[in-house]
Amino acid sequence: MKKKIILKDVYKSFGEGLRVLNGISLEIEDGESRIIVGRSGCGKSVLLKCLLGIMKIDGGDILVDGIGVGDKKRFPEYMRKFSILFQGNALFDSMTVLENVTFALGRTERDKSLRKLKAEEKLAAVGLEKRVFDLYPAEISGGMQKRAALARAIAVEPEILLFDEPTSGLDPVTGGVICNLLRDTVELLGVTSVTITHDLRVAEFLSDKVSVLNEGNVVWTGHTREMETCGNEFVKNFHRASNVISKVRRN
Amino acid sequence: MIGSLATLGRYTVATLAEVGHVFIFSVKGLRSCFIPPFYFREIIRQMKVIGFYSVPIVGLTAIFAGMVLALQTHVGFTRFDAGDAVASVVVISITRELGPVFAGLMVAGRVSSSVAAEIGSMRVSEQIDALTVLGVNPFKFLIAPRIITGILTLPLLVLVADVIGVMGGFLVSVTMLNFSTGAYISQTLHAMQSIDVISGLVKAAAFGFCITTLGCYHGFYSDLGARGVGNATTAAVVFSCITILVFNYLLTALFFGA
Repeated sequence: MKKKIILKDVYKSFGEGLRVLNGISLEIEDGESRIIVGRSGCGKSVLLKCLLGIMKIDGGDILVDGIGVGDKKRFPEYMRKFSILFQGNALFDSMTVLENVTFALGRTERDKSLRKLKAEEKLAAVGLEKRVFDLYPAEISGGMQKRAALARAIAVEPEILLFDEPTSGLDPVTGGVICNLLRDTVELLGVTSVTITHDLRVAEFLSDKVSVLNEGNVVWTGHTREMETCGNEFVKNFHRASNVISKVRRN
Repeated sequence: MIGSLATLGRYTVATLAEVGHVFIFSVKGLRSCFIPPFYFREIIRQMKVIGFYSVPIVGLTAIFAGMVLALQTHVGFTRFDAGDAVASVVVISITRELGPVFAGLMVAGRVSSSVAAEIGSMRVSEQIDALTVLGVNPFKFLIAPRIITGILTLPLLVLVADVIGVMGGFLVSVTMLNFSTGAYISQTLHAMQSIDVISGLVKAAAFGFCITTLGCYHGFYSDLGARGVGNATTAAVVFSCITILVFNYLLTALFFGA
């Protein structure tokens, strides 16, 4: 299988001494759904921003289809491969739900009327009713905002979809619905996806291939069912802790 | 002693670095005003928010400034038998100084803070990152429309302030100081020179640039969280007001110094 994303010894620090990514190396295949889990503050979101080129890396290299994140000439081409569902949705406050998606479509579609048509199509595909199209993000619920943000993310027809804590801030029922929607969307589009989460239940639901991040490095990659039996103590403890929380919640 | 000098040195270096950072940001912002794509819808939205909604507060400030100026000038100048000079003093003071400076300070308080808060909260909620991912240059979409609007609308607001300020002086002079309408108007027109108005408008354009650029700068680089946005808002207003006063002196020296 062709390698879609390659991270080679990536370093990123903030200020003096606060190293967030500590020589991280990772390979993700074309069409794969990879989940990156880890404790809060272990560098998951920083990793995602470095991958997008929003944050500059201090050392190492990130390659997507052979294009380096630092390649200034080909950076627009590099960027066009991505789309992201931000943790807080990041919908533009000054635009309506429909305008958010049509604005994003400006990247790929020149015809205005076609842009609107496509935007309506994408919003309907994520299960949003027509009555919310003309509302502003602040006027709709968290679940609807998540759907609108997903519609915006898929509207630009990316090759790689990134999900940053996709169920954060949602109740368990809405979180489940969104997880279903994300899995179906990724399967339907056949894109490569990278999901960042600290919730193993979300990870197990979306894919079975997981990379565990600790202290700025990938300490283990494998299938979720192997976590308990692997030789890494941190991974075992992380898995057990997640199970304990799940049991407490069930009780 | 050495410790104090070291602290002073650190503050000096930090201040100079900040000034350099603002300068680079201004140049990038100004450059993006001339390079397509242009977001005309965003420019029109900003013209409404920054320009049109500032008309009442600028007008109110100008009318009271004109009224007070007429009263004080009359009281002061009568001591030297020059009470008739009220119309000349009012029109020259308003068009050269009070109109641009008062309008600038009022707009700085109203606009600089709101620009910093809006862009700061966009930074916090990752909307600026979302723009970048969508291939939209945040400088062209967020900064350029605000700078263009600042440069274009401040002179218009100052024109409004000039007219209303002179009207304020006229009202007080005619109704309270027993000036005749015709004499006041003719004295005003006689005293007013085009350079007075032009210098005020040039100042206004410079102030508009400073207000919007500093608002954008502090919002764009605001720290995360509500406190970060709050600090950015305060810094934007404080530095905008200081910059207006400094630029006012420099431009006055440039126009009338010789």
